[in-house]
Amino acid sequence: MNIIEDAKQAVQGLVQGAMAKAVALAPDSWMPGGEPDPLIRHQHGHVGKPLSRIDGPRKVTGSATFSAEFPVDGMVYAAVVFATIAKGRLVEIDTRSAEASPGVISVMTHRNAPKLNPPPVFMSSSKAAGGDNLPIMQDDRIHWNGQPIAVVLAESQEFADHAASLICATYEADVTLTNFAVAIAKGTEPSLFMGQPLHNEIGDAEKALKEAPVAVDATYRTPRHNHNAIELHAVTVAWTGDTLRIHDASQLVAHTAWSVAQMFGMDEKQVVVTSPFVGGGFGGKCLWQHQVLAAAAAKIVGRPVRLVLSREGVYRVVGGRTLTEQRVALGADKHGKFKALIHTGVIAKTPSNILPEPFIMPARSAYASETMLLDVQAVELDMLANTFMRAPGEAVGTFALESAIDELADALGIDPIELRLRNEPEKEPTSGLPFSSRHVVEAWKMGAERFGWDQRSVKPGLVRDGEWLVGLGCATATYPYYRMPGGAARITLTRLGQATVDIAAHEMGMGTATVQTQVVAERLGLSLEAITFNYGDSTLPGVVLAGGSQQTASIGASVIAAHRALVKELIKIAGNDSPLAGLKPDEVASRDAGLCKADDPSRFETYASILERAHRDEIRVEASPPDPLETMHWSMHSHGAMFCEVRVNAVTGEPRVSRFLGSFDCGRILNSKTAASQFRGGIIMGLGLALMEETQFDERYGRIMNPSLSEYHVPVHMDVPDIDVIWTDIPDPHTPMGAHGVGEIGITGTAAAVANAIYNATGKRMRDLPITLDKLL
Amino acid sequence: MTITVNGVSAALPDDLRVSLLDFVREHLLLPGTKKGCDQGACGACTILADGERILSCLALAVQYDGRSITTIEGLGTVDALHPLQQAFVEHDGFQCGYCTPGQICSAVAMVEEARRGVPSHVTSDLTSDRFDLDHDELRERMSGNLCRCGAYNGIAAAIHATYGDGNTVSDKPQVMPEAAE
Amino acid sequence: MIPFSYSRATDANGAIEQVAGNHTKYLGGGTNLVDLMRENIERPTALVDVTGLSNEITETPDGGLIIGAAVRNTALASHPIVRARYPVLCRAILAGASAQIRNMATVGGNILQRTRCSYFYDAAGSNCNKRTLGEGCDAIGGFARYHAILGASPSCIATHPSDMCVALAALDAVVLVDGIHGERRLALNDLHRLPGDRPDVDTVLEPDELITAVELPQFSLASRSTYRKVRDRSSYAFALVSVAAILNVKDGLIADARIGLGGVAHKPWRARKAEAILRGGPATIAQFEAAAGAELADAQPLQDNVFKVELARRTIVAVLEDLRDTQ
Ligand SMILES: Cc1cc2nc3c(=O)[nH]c(=O)nc-3n(C[C@H](O)[C@H](O)[C@H](O)COP(=O)(O)OP(=O)(O)OC[C@H]3O[C@@H](n4cnc5c(N)ncnc54)[C@H](O)[C@@H]3O)c2cc1C
Ligand code: SF4
Ligand code: FES
Ligand code: FES
Repeated sequence: MNIIEDAKQAVQGLVQGAMAKAVALAPDSWMPGGEPDPLIRHQHGHVGKPLSRIDGPRKVTGSATFSAEFPVDGMVYAAVVFATIAKGRLVEIDTRSAEASPGVISVMTHRNAPKLNPPPVFMSSSKAAGGDNLPIMQDDRIHWNGQPIAVVLAESQEFADHAASLICATYEADVTLTNFAVAIAKGTEPSLFMGQPLHNEIGDAEKALKEAPVAVDATYRTPRHNHNAIELHAVTVAWTGDTLRIHDASQLVAHTAWSVAQMFGMDEKQVVVTSPFVGGGFGGKCLWQHQVLAAAAAKIVGRPVRLVLSREGVYRVVGGRTLTEQRVALGADKHGKFKALIHTGVIAKTPSNILPEPFIMPARSAYASETMLLDVQAVELDMLANTFMRAPGEAVGTFALESAIDELADALGIDPIELRLRNEPEKEPTSGLPFSSRHVVEAWKMGAERFGWDQRSVKPGLVRDGEWLVGLGCATATYPYYRMPGGAARITLTRLGQATVDIAAHEMGMGTATVQTQVVAERLGLSLEAITFNYGDSTLPGVVLAGGSQQTASIGASVIAAHRALVKELIKIAGNDSPLAGLKPDEVASRDAGLCKADDPSRFETYASILERAHRDEIRVEASPPDPLETMHWSMHSHGAMFCEVRVNAVTGEPRVSRFLGSFDCGRILNSKTAASQFRGGIIMGLGLALMEETQFDERYGRIMNPSLSEYHVPVHMDVPDIDVIWTDIPDPHTPMGAHGVGEIGITGTAAAVANAIYNATGKRMRDLPITLDKLL
Repeated sequence: MTITVNGVSAALPDDLRVSLLDFVREHLLLPGTKKGCDQGACGACTILADGERILSCLALAVQYDGRSITTIEGLGTVDALHPLQQAFVEHDGFQCGYCTPGQICSAVAMVEEARRGVPSHVTSDLTSDRFDLDHDELRERMSGNLCRCGAYNGIAAAIHATYGDGNTVSDKPQVMPEAAE
Repeated sequence: MIPFSYSRATDANGAIEQVAGNHTKYLGGGTNLVDLMRENIERPTALVDVTGLSNEITETPDGGLIIGAAVRNTALASHPIVRARYPVLCRAILAGASAQIRNMATVGGNILQRTRCSYFYDAAGSNCNKRTLGEGCDAIGGFARYHAILGASPSCIATHPSDMCVALAALDAVVLVDGIHGERRLALNDLHRLPGDRPDVDTVLEPDELITAVELPQFSLASRSTYRKVRDRSSYAFALVSVAAILNVKDGLIADARIGLGGVAHKPWRARKAEAILRGGPATIAQFEAAAGAELADAQPLQDNVFKVELARRTIVAVLEDLRDTQ
């Protein structure tokens, strides 16, 4: 399976590779985004305003309904039992006491589960959503420690949980591979990401490194992480006839509907996935076994089922970020010009998924270097499939790369900001593509000034405040601009001047509903009150992933396409009596609840008037944007300059962050209030990454040992200082609204800024995350 | 055996294993109180028992027989927000909104605790019974409420905007008794 | 969670009468017991709610304090006498858990809370002698950052997680116990056990025995006391190492010193070796270091927690220094 999958990816990669060349060479005007989005010029409208979240009142009153909260008549509660060996066979599973336990309706195991196709694994096709491709409760095989082996269905959660504890399983264990070092010693394999090899070479980097007058060369390690959204993964599912309805907490409703349909052998229209509110996602709220188990169980008992994973269950069933071991070697001349940039290393994945944490992504575009060697090798372990977690690749890749740059700056005696500026590339080094929009230098300058970078003591270990050693550090943040294929939007405009936009997008706290309402209002020339933005429902148009910070772009491009279709339709029905008569759609713009000639706003007619004359109550259009060729034509990235002040206790080694500033270059900011929150949220998760987060995977048994929010530490209020965020607000001329997604960039660079500040405070280099106090004693 | 929830009395469940959290969510259909861990480790389930903040996931409903409980539904409604709820909206004190009811209930009681003179881990003078809810006092006292979205700065701003340093506002925050029919 | 019966007691006799064999448990705030029941680690068939027992804090004629077992942690930390005379206790309580948990937790329950060893918590998937004697201890050779460096045994390396108890240990608190066979008084330091070959037994209490109160002896006003907790995040985390210390310095000489250590052993650890070196000696850093060194000379850390020896040493010295300088 795995080999076939890899081959398929490789072929897709070849096709992409060949096409990429053609796209790169094509004229700008052929590209989506070749002409700047007219909205970029709207400076005084809704876009950019710090509008409070439109769903805010519901969230603060507890009346936003999450997936475990949909009341359904006759509902059955589920509890899941998990395997306790890493690999092998279930010899026996005794469910008799559980079945006899009060309130129990049924127990599902591989013996009675409905026959299902294996999940289509994410990235294997455009709508595939599965975390892995392992069959779900179809046989007696155990593939990881924590795999679901039984689901108890009962009249209440208390009955179900108790009965689950009565189930006895006996196993026959296979030889397992759960140790990273052992696996590396056995040999690593090259890896592919989105069909492309995670490998780049420019010149002979090893040779250049040896010859460089100044060089650093070190190994950095990052552990496994879990998303730990505060909302537990939960579904409420019901079959009505042949239709399966899933109330999910999802960041990919359309993908999930299609994938579940594949597994049950149904038409994708028969699976309806809704997800109006998601209590945090970060890459974790995708399709894992629990949704499928609940649907299968509902089939068995003939009643609706609610399955809420326990916190432990989330750790057992939902993958997290994998661990990495990275080497970064930098060689430079005396002026700091990079001669060699080497970023290589190993990650762990499983035979059943296809995500090698792509930690070399930042190095591909961040700096100019005469030579480069970038490579990600993979080993496969017997564990739960790893998955995307906020800025996969970049979050941990920037830790290594940006720490190494600080080490080199130190070795050269050059200010680390200055060193970065000296290696600013003119075009993307690895692809040769021009940048669509890159203002990281401005971000650095603004940030340094506001943070007071000139206050930094160049020599480490000199600043002390009582027991606390104080240091400043910085790092570059970077995250690609993505727009995935599959977007589509529907606009319904009524004679009363109300517009509804329908798109199968998601709101997990990014502010999508609010921001898109602003954008749509501006684009259609309507008030905010006139807009209804519908999302979170797989029956709506579009296959939109809320991930890769691409949802804003995907919705934006879809709405542009739908708006264009709307204008075309309006002109058509406006007829010859309209002031707009004879205009082509491209000559027309929206303003004040109507259309006008773009360069002569006095030629204007309201939507109401157009529709009235045409005797129409409403007009409805649906359209899809062109494929995202722009991302192969330009190098498109967000950037940031991160600044950190830490305090390290000289007695206990406790590291605490006392000040943080993020200075961002992320295109045009669409809502300054929600964007600031996204930046801060990313930075705070970055502080966790730097100082405390680690999924403890016991390599002896392949078992996660801290499946709990008290044992897996995420930052609490007290860990978080005031965080200042500023931005350039320079629109990217080639993206919808001139915007970039802002959800992930905050976590990138943060850990390196912290580690570099710790070096400045103490003179100690921290190359293994998390930087806990024992490493600083 | 009855318990009063948001001013309305309710019969306790027959199954003694039902937690106070599951009681309000599943039995009274008041899902505003959230379950983030069921282990006492996140604070999402924070509610007020006779005005004191507690974790409803670690409480058996039966232990609270005869007590008066206030959940987020009892603090305000979409049309009549509690001042702190309003401040959360204005200061963007949340993103996904899942930890939010717990944060708000916690903060309401936190301010009361500080006024009552309950010290905290960062209080330097334990014998003083007046505290300003400055940066550290506020954050330490709110540290039992995790927010994975990282809305901490907005939460702190919302609490400050509503209660100042915690001493200046003399009125007790309004608790609406009949908010949840 | 298995089904159970529930009843309430308003006094000690009432509570003890309701004990029906080994499967009855007293229920305080429930913050530990309910969690462990949900994890199927504790499986009582009967709960006797003892939060109706005394929640009073009264002064004894000789200047000590009697604290009812049902006093909530917040109430204890807020009490004016505790704040004025027993800052070590106040600070220890406030360093523990979160405000919500402290509002629920009782004195009795805090003392008898069980270890947070993650292998102990993994009832389905790990071996643990404390849960099932003879099963083995998966923590040894596993994640042992939060585990013991003092007084551990080859059968168990768990730590007692309470902060409050570390202060009580330093304060020479006495625990008042009542049971079927009558009342007894136990020094807190004698209540918790070292694991030895019976890690399944946390304390010397019989299952029917109820903690009714904790008595704090009179406490010299000349002494200074404090609590310092070192942990992996700034708040809402268990101690890696904590130090409760009481110091009385007269004319540069140490008149009295008492030290409790948390996060290092199966019980709140009274650092008697260190105290012996301190008492009568000069209040100098060298003396503090010698004392800490003597206490930790017996430490037997594992690879994961070897740092705790140095951390404990440094924290003890810093706390003593701090107390000396505020005399
Ligand atoms: C996420 C989390 C973090 C925490 N962090 C900390 C921390 O940092 N520091 C810390 O010290 N603690 C911490 N705790 C633990 C907390 O302090 C304890 O759970 C609490 O003190 C227990 O008190 P309780 O009254 O709720 O006990 P219960 O849970 O009711 O009881 C605990 C045990 O005591 C027994 N018991 C209760 N009362 C009596 C009595 N009167 N006589 C005899 N037996 C009795 C019960 O049978 C049970 O075995 C944390 C807990 C959680 C969930
Ligand atoms: S250290 Fe003790 S509690 Fe932990 S697994 Fe070993 S025996 Fe069990
Ligand atoms: S659900 Fe109660 S603390 Fe997390
Ligand atoms: S707003 Fe999402 S967890 Fe706090």
